Amino acid sequence: MSTLKPKHQRLVLVVIALIALVAAGLLAAWALRSQASYFYVPEEIVAEPPDPGRAVRLGGMVEEGSIRTLSDGVTVAFVVGDGEARVPVRFAGILPDLFVEGSGVVAEGRLGPDGTFLADNLLAKHDENYVPRELQEMSEHQKREVVAETEGGA
Amino acid sequence: MHGFANPKRFLSLARWLTPLLLVSGLVLAGAALAWGLFVVPPDQLMGETVRILFLHVPTAWLGMGGWTAIAIASAAYLVWRHPLADLAARAAAVPGMVFTAVCLATGSIWGRPTWGTWWVWDGRLTSMLVLLFLYFGYIALAQAVAREGGSSRIPAIFGLVGAINIPIINRSVVWWNSLHQPPSITAGKSAIDAEFLVPLLVAVLGFSLIFGGVLLARMRALLGDIQAEARLRRKANEAA
Repeated sequence: MSTLKPKHQRLVLVVIALIALVAAGLLAAWALRSQASYFYVPEEIVAEPPDPGRAVRLGGMVEEGSIRTLSDGVTVAFVVGDGEARVPVRFAGILPDLFVEGSGVVAEGRLGPDGTFLADNLLAKHDENYVPRELQEMSEHQKREVVAETEGGA
Repeated sequence: MHGFANPKRFLSLARWLTPLLLVSGLVLAGAALAWGLFVVPPDQLMGETVRILFLHVPTAWLGMGGWTAIAIASAAYLVWRHPLADLAARAAAVPGMVFTAVCLATGSIWGRPTWGTWWVWDGRLTSMLVLLFLYFGYIALAQAVAREGGSSRIPAIFGLVGAINIPIINRSVVWWNSLHQPPSITAGKSAIDAEFLVPLLVAVLGFSLIFGGVLLARMRALLGDIQAEARLRRKANEAA
């Protein structure tokens, strides 16, 4: 070490500091890995149900064919799933525009005693796919062709 | 690298590079935004609000890119003690802060119709807000050091330490469940249709050029400040 030029000594110091920083950041992120999540997925809710009445958020996909309006005309019931577990949800209020079957949703509320999630608020979750409206109306086969064309051209 | 680190050579290069970057950046970014506003079709779910993508994504990337530049310049300053690296870090802070603020504002405007809320405290949004506050702190610190006198090593260390937030922002949507969607563009792959992707990449290029132009312009201004101050001090000494 004593033969190093000051410039190189500083370089070594900065590199060591950077490694320590990255390690500290990774440790912090690791420690936060469950607490920093914005919502629980159905699998977690089913495996470890939160205390009834405790405010939690549930996030997942609205299952196809599960949305129905109850007889009171304002309450909507649907099922949120993540491929591992399914949680029935009930919500009375204004639905976000992007709330459709097969799409992501985050429900804020609490778990009822019968295992139904009672939502006070719904947030629609947009996924990472951006598709023009024209493509949506095509059949699956046409869509694949267009996608293959654009990918081949890119 | 050391060739460009000479302030005189830097100035002669920056003199013509600054307007070139600014003009080409403004043209490209303006064209991409017009393309996004008037040409691109609506998205299947988001409809017309998809058009904010062309401002939100470039500003988000450049907000993070700004701090990455601060961190690299700060590390270079700490190791090689070259004053130009210190100036580059200080010059990157203001455009970086502006881009971060625009990213947060456009994201919030997009979130209201899409998610149904202006703001949530999820991993991505919170870490991006932390970045904005880091910019505030850095700019205040760098200005205090420049004005009150003090070692430029202090803001440089802050710039380096603050860089830990950049990978956290990037990974926040992967590590934690978040309302913000996961990355659409990952190494070599894109979940964004080509009709949106092409103007988006043009916008990213345009705003990056603007960032570069503002960076050089601010470095020239900071150098000018230092030279003017040195000249005044010399004059004052001669008069005394």
